[in-house]
Amino acid sequence: MSFDVDVSAARGDASVGARFAVGEGLTVLVGPSGAGKTSLLDMIAGLLRPSRGHVRVGGRTLYDSASGIDLPPERRRAGYVFQDMRLFPHRRVRANLLYGAPDAARLAEVAAMLDVSHLLERWPRTLSGGEARRVAIGRALLSDAAFLLLDEPLSSLDPARREEATRAIERVRDARAVPILMVTHDRGEAERLGDRVIAIG
Amino acid sequence: MSELAAIVRLTLLVGGTATLATLPLAFALAWALARWQFPGKVLVDGLIHLPLVVPPVVTGWLLLLAFAPAGPIGGALERWLGVSVLFRWTGAAIAAGVMALPLMVRAIRLSLEAVDRRLEQAARTLGAGRWRSYATVTLPLAAPGIAAGAVLGFARSIGEFGATITFVSNVPGETQTLPLAIYAALQTPGGEASVWRLAAASVALSLAALVAAEWLVRRAGRGVRVL
Repeated sequence: MSFDVDVSAARGDASVGARFAVGEGLTVLVGPSGAGKTSLLDMIAGLLRPSRGHVRVGGRTLYDSASGIDLPPERRRAGYVFQDMRLFPHRRVRANLLYGAPDAARLAEVAAMLDVSHLLERWPRTLSGGEARRVAIGRALLSDAAFLLLDEPLSSLDPARREEATRAIERVRDARAVPILMVTHDRGEAERLGDRVIAIG
Repeated sequence: MSELAAIVRLTLLVGGTATLATLPLAFALAWALARWQFPGKVLVDGLIHLPLVVPPVVTGWLLLLAFAPAGPIGGALERWLGVSVLFRWTGAAIAAGVMALPLMVRAIRLSLEAVDRRLEQAARTLGAGRWRSYATVTLPLAAPGIAAGAVLGFARSIGEFGATITFVSNVPGETQTLPLAIYAALQTPGGEASVWRLAAASVALSLAALVAAEWLVRRAGRGVRVL
């Protein structure tokens, strides 16, 4: 199993969570806004503590309430591409890409795959939405990630930028290096990108 | 002119010492107020801001009570280290530091609160431990505010008058910084020329601090829009 997840957490009066176990490739979770998709990714990345359950990825246990395992985010090796990107504003694109990288060996290769090679000396605030999204994906890929989490990676992009980002994700998916979990509210997007699609919420 | 130079030198020594010694404390307090919830937080916040609202003479008097040989801090200093800060430049630096503290804490706290904590989370998922995320994300992003707080504190220190004169008196060559020297010259018949010179030096010093602050903020904020 690539992702073996069964978690729930209280959020206000409601409870959010999900249970699924899936294999290699790109898995898409589809659900409406407010279904707790981002909370779910936060729980897998270690940014939000579930009230119970377990998170196992590629055979590694990242969280298990029964045995008291709860790895801090920096030891989970999650390549998390946030919906709001969260590029470091005080670092150039190159330094953003290399922030979590063990070394710079794969920089050129990843930058070329995501078509950001010409942006390396730019500041994040000068990037377009699509460029920033591709840099965020590159930063996650270069961070020695054991798996990728993509939170609405195509939202708030105009059609042309959307196509660029979709192609970038397809290239990452087809490289088959790490399992990918993506959440979206858009069913068409899910069908095009996902090796499998799971409805939640 | 050498007398003026000596006064400027003493003022810089007092202001610089006060700022550098207060900065770590101000940062720690700002961090606690910005990031932690603890019982008595409102009280701590109030105590820090007291020197801002209480008449400086009262602050100076309280310092005098605390640092007098019979006082709690003064007694300990004398017993354990055999030193006294009364009538000494070190006492002037303490007065200046206490008066500057609220301004520094305020500026640093605001800059820490303005750092988007989601960026720290991003750093954590990329493999950075808590301390590395502070060092590489939080601190650089708060740096302009920290620099501004330090310069604000320095400007306040070199202008401090009321608490200093009450606490450590007006001793030429030891506690007589620029503002105290101006006050002394005003009391001296025929001291107008001296007042002009001292006031000019005072203004020049403050302006230099302001320019330095601007430069620091720009430098620290390379990729970041400060305003």
